[in-house]
Amino acid sequence: MNGSVEPVLEVQGLKKHFPVTRGMALQRTVGWVRAVNDVSFSIPPGETLSLVGESGAGKTTVAKSVLLLEEPSEGKLLFHGKDVMAFGRSELKDYRSNVQAVFQDPWGSMNPRMRVKTIVAEPLVVNTRLSKNEIRQKVLDLLRQVGLRPDQAELYPHEFSGGQRQRIAVARALALNPQLVVLDEPVSALDVSIRAQIMNLLKDIQTTYGLSYLMIAHNLATVRYMSHAVAIMYLGEIVEYADGDELFERPLHPYTKALLSAALATDPDARNDEIVLSGEMPSPINPPKGCHFHPRCPFAMDVCREVAPAVTYVGSKHKVSCHLYSEGSTHQ
Amino acid sequence: MQPGQPLLQVEDLRTYFYTRRGVVKAVDGVSFSLAPGETLGIVGESGSGKTITSLSLLRLVPQPAGKIVGGRILFEGVDLLQLSEAEMREYRGSKISMILQDPMASLNPVYSIGEQVAEPLRQHQRLSGRKLWDQVTEALRLLRIPSPRERLRNYPHQMSGGMRQRVVGGIAISCRPKLIIADEPTTALDATIQAQYLAHLKDLQRETNVAMIFVSHDMGVIARVCDRVAVMYAGTIVETAAVRELFKNPKHPYTIGLLNSMPRLDRKTERLASIEGQPPALLNLPPGCRFAPRCYAAIDRCHAEDPPRVDVSGDHFATCWRVDAHREEDAAIPSVVS
Repeated sequence: MNGSVEPVLEVQGLKKHFPVTRGMALQRTVGWVRAVNDVSFSIPPGETLSLVGESGAGKTTVAKSVLLLEEPSEGKLLFHGKDVMAFGRSELKDYRSNVQAVFQDPWGSMNPRMRVKTIVAEPLVVNTRLSKNEIRQKVLDLLRQVGLRPDQAELYPHEFSGGQRQRIAVARALALNPQLVVLDEPVSALDVSIRAQIMNLLKDIQTTYGLSYLMIAHNLATVRYMSHAVAIMYLGEIVEYADGDELFERPLHPYTKALLSAALATDPDARNDEIVLSGEMPSPINPPKGCHFHPRCPFAMDVCREVAPAVTYVGSKHKVSCHLYSEGSTHQ
Repeated sequence: MQPGQPLLQVEDLRTYFYTRRGVVKAVDGVSFSLAPGETLGIVGESGSGKTITSLSLLRLVPQPAGKIVGGRILFEGVDLLQLSEAEMREYRGSKISMILQDPMASLNPVYSIGEQVAEPLRQHQRLSGRKLWDQVTEALRLLRIPSPRERLRNYPHQMSGGMRQRVVGGIAISCRPKLIIADEPTTALDATIQAQYLAHLKDLQRETNVAMIFVSHDMGVIARVCDRVAVMYAGTIVETAAVRELFKNPKHPYTIGLLNSMPRLDRKTERLASIEGQPPALLNLPPGCRFAPRCYAAIDRCHAEDPPRVDVSGDHFATCWRVDAHREEDAAIPSVVS
């Protein structure tokens, strides 16, 4: 991708702070959970950006902000260069049609009393003026695209396996021809032999329609397979950002390296250069001073305990926030 | 127990569930053995019978629907299936203990963790006072819980998920069992915490020489901690081998398919070969090999007759009619477009 292509979505300086309150009637704010702190990224058409991190890293909050399910405390969302926060009613409706989601748990994201055809048709009924007949045609088309048979449209969600339900969720997400689909752990609830089927389906659909994906995942092998670019998040911030292969072949941030070494390779010989981190992710209410990662970092220096690292470019599209790589550092 | 004798030998274990709709053969003829200090991985997908196998070992199969209907479970030469319920209770938590997936569900929220680690020691070894608390502290130390003495007074909700799972490990090791059965012990944990926990379990094993059965759906976990692996599919073990042999030289088409369907971390994968279809329902199973409907190498015979257990080399077995046949087809495993 060259830089001249306009991104589908651009996120600039996104912050989401939740107040921590005390007291029942007269609530006072005693602190802030900094769930997302100054996150920026952009997604070009037809590409997948993955947000990777452990629980509490803020990746779901970012996804919810993109879906307008959370209002950011600060920062901008630009959809094809236009500020989403400044959108009027009809533009917002357009945005919501254009940005769809597939969630982790296909059991929880469907009404058990609706037939599949109703589930898939719902976005069309609400958002378009298609006739009943056109909707039925479109639903059958969608089901075919995700690898289900037309006669399965009459069934209820419980009559499907987890993998098939995820296919239904994909069909529903595609109903309005969106430009961006948020995939929140799309395969982690599925069995191993089914995961590959769904990942291949998502990749095929991306190629066919030029869709962009914002994916949230914790399985790094899945991320490598699916992504064009990867952002590693820790305690509400992006600590490293790079193109997919670059990140896996030349990880720089110590946290990225630790994640890669903690990711269990399906190869009994791949046991070398293990970095097992000590400790756990600190609370986002009182994040550590300086670099948030320094209490667990095996390479922490004095400066890391005092000063938050700035973003350093180590290639045209490889960014890292770590003092080991900041300018003038001798540790390169 | 004689030297050289396996610690645990399971022969033709069958655990069935009797439901209104018919008999579900959740575990159907499973055999394996385990040496002292060895780690066996049981890997499989949901419904493959791996959890029911591990529950059967402790005779904890959900009653009354579930029943162990056949086979032998020899632990130090004693058939656990012949013991009375009272005798069996002497084994649970003492000689054989268990670590389950969700630490919050295995811990009692209203007891301090010290009490919960002490419980099996009181029950099985009748310890009390100073001796008891020394043992409790030692158990927590073995799981690398920082400042164990202070932690004794904590309650589960005051600890993180990773720390709780270490407490569960502490309970499991407290009576110095010969065997720990760990059923998906790290599935609920974050990646870096999972790596920590697995490292602690390996340390624990080095220090105490406890044998482990590691039940997991995650090939990565299996590759990291196990000496030997048994792959389960639809209630049967389809392949067993030493861990390196299994990953480098898989013979059963299901194992091959499973390994090929997982993206690699260390190199770019252009397209994953997925296994078509889904595992069969265990009710009213068709005759022949249970994997045959999804198998790329299946021939007519696979659909008609139960496959034989083929000795591939030494300690490597595959239950398949086509063990020799698919060697040349390895290169051309169909990339299934789903």
